[in-house]
Amino acid sequence: MYRHNIHHRVYKFPDLKALLGKASPYRSGDELAGLCSGGYEERVAAQITLADVPLKNFLNEVVIPYEDDEITRLIIDEHDEVAFSHISHLTVGELRDWLLSDETDCATLTTIAPGLTPEMVAAVSKLMRNQDLIAMANKCQVVTRFRNTIGLKGHFSTRLQPNHPTDDPRGVAASIIDGLLFGSGDAVIGINPATDSPAAVSSLLSLMDELRHRFEIPTQTCVLSHITTTLQLVNEGAPVDLCFQSIAGTEKANASFGVNLSLIEEAYQATLSLKRGTVGNNVMYFETGQGSALSANANFGVDQQTCEVRAYAVARKFKPLLVNTVVGFIGPEYLYDGKQIIRAALEDHFCGKLLGLPMGVDVCYTNHAEADQDDMDNLLTLLGVAGCNFVMGIPGSDDIMLNYQSTSFHDALYLRKVLGLKPAPEFDQWLIKQGIIDDRGNMLPVSEHGLLGGF
Amino acid sequence: MKRNIPQEIEPLKALQEFTSARIAIGRVGTSIPLKQSLEFKLAHAHARDAVYSELDLGKLTDTLKHFGLPVLHLQSKVTDRRQYLQRPDLGRRLNEVSLNELNGYNVESDVAIIVVDGLSATAVKKNAVGLLDALIPLLLANGLKLAPISLVEQGRVAIGDDIGYGLNAKLSLILIGERPGLSAADSLGAYLTYNPKPGLTDESRNCVSNIRHKGLTYKKAAKKIFYLINEAFKRKLSGVELKDNAGLIES
Repeated sequence: MYRHNIHHRVYKFPDLKALLGKASPYRSGDELAGLCSGGYEERVAAQITLADVPLKNFLNEVVIPYEDDEITRLIIDEHDEVAFSHISHLTVGELRDWLLSDETDCATLTTIAPGLTPEMVAAVSKLMRNQDLIAMANKCQVVTRFRNTIGLKGHFSTRLQPNHPTDDPRGVAASIIDGLLFGSGDAVIGINPATDSPAAVSSLLSLMDELRHRFEIPTQTCVLSHITTTLQLVNEGAPVDLCFQSIAGTEKANASFGVNLSLIEEAYQATLSLKRGTVGNNVMYFETGQGSALSANANFGVDQQTCEVRAYAVARKFKPLLVNTVVGFIGPEYLYDGKQIIRAALEDHFCGKLLGLPMGVDVCYTNHAEADQDDMDNLLTLLGVAGCNFVMGIPGSDDIMLNYQSTSFHDALYLRKVLGLKPAPEFDQWLIKQGIIDDRGNMLPVSEHGLLGGF
Repeated sequence: MKRNIPQEIEPLKALQEFTSARIAIGRVGTSIPLKQSLEFKLAHAHARDAVYSELDLGKLTDTLKHFGLPVLHLQSKVTDRRQYLQRPDLGRRLNEVSLNELNGYNVESDVAIIVVDGLSATAVKKNAVGLLDALIPLLLANGLKLAPISLVEQGRVAIGDDIGYGLNAKLSLILIGERPGLSAADSLGAYLTYNPKPGLTDESRNCVSNIRHKGLTYKKAAKKIFYLINEAFKRKLSGVELKDNAGLIES
């Protein structure tokens, strides 16, 4: 039992799970789940209460029972006591102040990361303003490698997302070429397939692999098919660079995606064995998003942000190249408007980074959310300042297959320009060599570029 | 609006023939040119207006009269659009008044047609009657008995379970406005559920999507829905299993 008094009013929270829910900044998904605080005062009372909870409590009081959930078991079994010893004397509130202090630098954060559980990180984020989330994420640096180097300070990458409603190879290729000529695609060229048939996925993989070889593009490609499809294709010898999967923060939610830890491990090992990376061997690409556990009716009374951070425990086990929170895709019943989407994105980015993950964000919204391009401009700029590893690059912001709006090729150019950021170094050199940008990062006029002739 | 398109994108323009994605739109500095920026804004405005559009019950009822079936006006538990968007659970259930109204129509039938605003009443307004003009004659010619037509405000797909069950229909057919996209804000979706009853989930349903003038035409959609209904009656089920076994259902 946790409690706090404000002006003779006693606020009681039966357990850590309830306290985390009540301490969450307001969002529609927690209301839908019946977990959010009843009023403004109760929310702050919960935050004040949460601030005084010792971090050690999180190791003794789990939010989903150990016996019932393999992600809880993963979190507890792989917790690093030595790393934790640096901060084990702190409360959640003291952790917040310690994180923000000048003495706590990137190297220290990297050292303690294995000692943090997702619930500790979720808790501390609930005590932080957006500014704190940005400042802290900016302190972290998480660098990953496959055919190029992603996440270095001063660099900002994009996933080129050339989706097409029927997976038409020429339609996909047209969007890829358009994107490359805008300098997009250093995080990955990644297609969401309209169908999950192995034959269709295989032909998209071959198309991208051929293009990559022909123009010697220092990047990686991926078709975001179900992990079982990818595993099958790896075993059949298809050119699989990265293994993709959507993941969530509870065993039951992952079951609704048709995955579990041992299946992911099998696919991870299979993809590693291909040894296709040239500068590194981070081969996994995960996508997450607040609300997925509730939407699978698998949240067990845990608030959606805490569920989300638990998914990062799954991700970090497999040393991913990319983790992408698809923040605004899920719809207004989980994140109602631009304010909620922005807050959630900054939380996800910070929490992932603190746990040592290479976080990117799909800065996005659907047409039934109270959001528009202005909200996305705000979020994109905030994430740039926070040091986000990558965002999406979609022709004109309009994904004609998934029917939502994300960031355009232009958006990445804008962010690189106003913040002085560059693409991944290897890709940057390629863009200069191809005459797409000059050595100061400015776009050059598109003439009859070889990429067009290759179509 | 006339504006100069930067010269440099001309070579890229040829790629547009292969996709409806917004490629080769040029740039001014690092930004999207104004013409393309406003085109996008207009598409989003259409989608937003569709989300907040409302059913014109009087007009729809008048038009539906020529089918010779009673027309019921029903409401979900949702009180306003803001709540509709945040509480899908309330949009899936009928309110008390509407539940009571169904009591007067509990006569066994084969198919209950349920027209729901969903996320685009615009889609219903533009396409529901056209689709029913093509579909209802097929159903009647096949000897199927139709329940009264329901018009539902602030509803989600699953509200058809309450209604189909309350009307004592063997199958519910929901026609509902789909979530507006930038390319179309008026897509109608059709969901059919065999043996509808409260508490079913999406895996019990079959869906025919993108029904609109420039998408799946009324005639084709009607044929497809009619096929699915016949299969559902033959196999006495709907949903994932129907889809998996058929193999004939093309998009």
